[in-house]
Amino acid sequence: MSARWLRAVCALGMAGALGTALAQGNTQDEIAKYREALQDGNPSELWEARGEELWKTPRGPRHVAFTACDLGLGPGVVKGAYAQLPRYFADADRVQDLETRLVWCMVHQQGIGEADATKVTFGDGSARRSDLEALAAYVVAQSRGVKMNVALDHPKMREMYALGEKMFWYRGGTHDFACSTCHGDDARRIRLQDLPNLSTKEGAQKAYTTWPAYRVSQGELRTMEWRLNDCFRQQRFPELVYGSDTAIALTTFLAHNANGAEYAGPAIKR
Amino acid sequence: MLTPRTCLWWMLAAIVLAGCATAPSDSQLSARAAEVMHASFKARGQAGLDRLQQDDTQRTCSALEGKVPPKDVAERIQAENLATIRYPADGKLLGDWRNGERVAQEGRGKQFSDDPAGPVGANCYACHRLSGQELSYGTIGPSLYQFGKLRGYSDEVRRYAYGKIYNAQAFAACSNMPRFGHNGILTEQQIRDVVALLMDPASPVNQ
Repeated sequence: MSARWLRAVCALGMAGALGTALAQGNTQDEIAKYREALQDGNPSELWEARGEELWKTPRGPRHVAFTACDLGLGPGVVKGAYAQLPRYFADADRVQDLETRLVWCMVHQQGIGEADATKVTFGDGSARRSDLEALAAYVVAQSRGVKMNVALDHPKMREMYALGEKMFWYRGGTHDFACSTCHGDDARRIRLQDLPNLSTKEGAQKAYTTWPAYRVSQGELRTMEWRLNDCFRQQRFPELVYGSDTAIALTTFLAHNANGAEYAGPAIKR
Repeated sequence: MLTPRTCLWWMLAAIVLAGCATAPSDSQLSARAAEVMHASFKARGQAGLDRLQQDDTQRTCSALEGKVPPKDVAERIQAENLATIRYPADGKLLGDWRNGERVAQEGRGKQFSDDPAGPVGANCYACHRLSGQELSYGTIGPSLYQFGKLRGYSDEVRRYAYGKIYNAQAFAACSNMPRFGHNGILTEQQIRDVVALLMDPASPVNQ
């Protein structure tokens, strides 16, 4: 077992123990200490390592590896690619986020059926694991330290951004909730959880650059698609379709607003 | 070759292109966003696609994008929502604060992941401070600690509290607070119990 794996496994154990300690006290101070302690080791490295292997191994009926997959900077180029996503891809004639692009490469290059490619989009914290989460962990880690730079030079990017902004304020459902209900003001919390104000550049930068993230409470590496899906669940909306235009529009809105900030994921969160 | 005539054609073409590239109006954009959202979700559990359908209040408040509604708009929204409030037929507005505390703590209900036969709460603590003992409270809404003690335990305040929980938009247009009665989240008895949590002198909120 490599030193990296050992470190990540050790962090996984530590995170679990800390979670138990947290349950015994509920003060802001303890949460701050907990967050600080978590930064020492991030189990996301386990997902990154699995993702790297998936990336380099030929897959599907056509026996093609992701090294043929163009994330925007050329086939197989991962360094800095995530910091420029979402982007418009001419071959798909669509704006795509990282996960939609990964699925596109699986379907169009590797010959995997779309239903199979998206069978497990999110792992369940135990045996049911998502290759997409692992691949995302690997790809985004190669943008660590790279400044976010999502250009709106293509008309379809501008359209997606404008739609994403509208969707951010879209109230609906039994509770009249929108993204903005929780994320439209400074210095707000739900219970003790601090909420970023995603309607400001500073808030978007801070939040967007830390997703995907390892979620201690779930024992999973979670992607931006998951983050949006779970926000809508709590908004009492129906289920957000993976790779849908709403997911891509909101991601484009947030990613572009995060421009200029250094990408710092995958982070570790409670 | 760039003759004056071809130059004119190019200029015309440029004007036409610029016209095509003009950004859609704000209301067109809102309509397009709603259309895209309807195509981006699937019904799951108790959450059907009808939940994406906006009523006038939701549509108007969304379009304001966080800005305070102009006076006439606010008055319209408040009047529309005030007309929806149904007070209990027996006139009893005060329930049991102990049950109210449970409703205020309960975060489940109406999510696609929730059992439709399971509990439905108001999750008041997610956004408000209420009882002095509960330190895990959110700050999206104002503190309601000592709600009755500070305002007085009068019939008017009780009636206001019941109405506010039933339909918050009747009192503050584009408030972030859900319309618990109007949208069928809480039962009449649950609203009474939360009113008691706020208005019973014995409630931990008023200590």
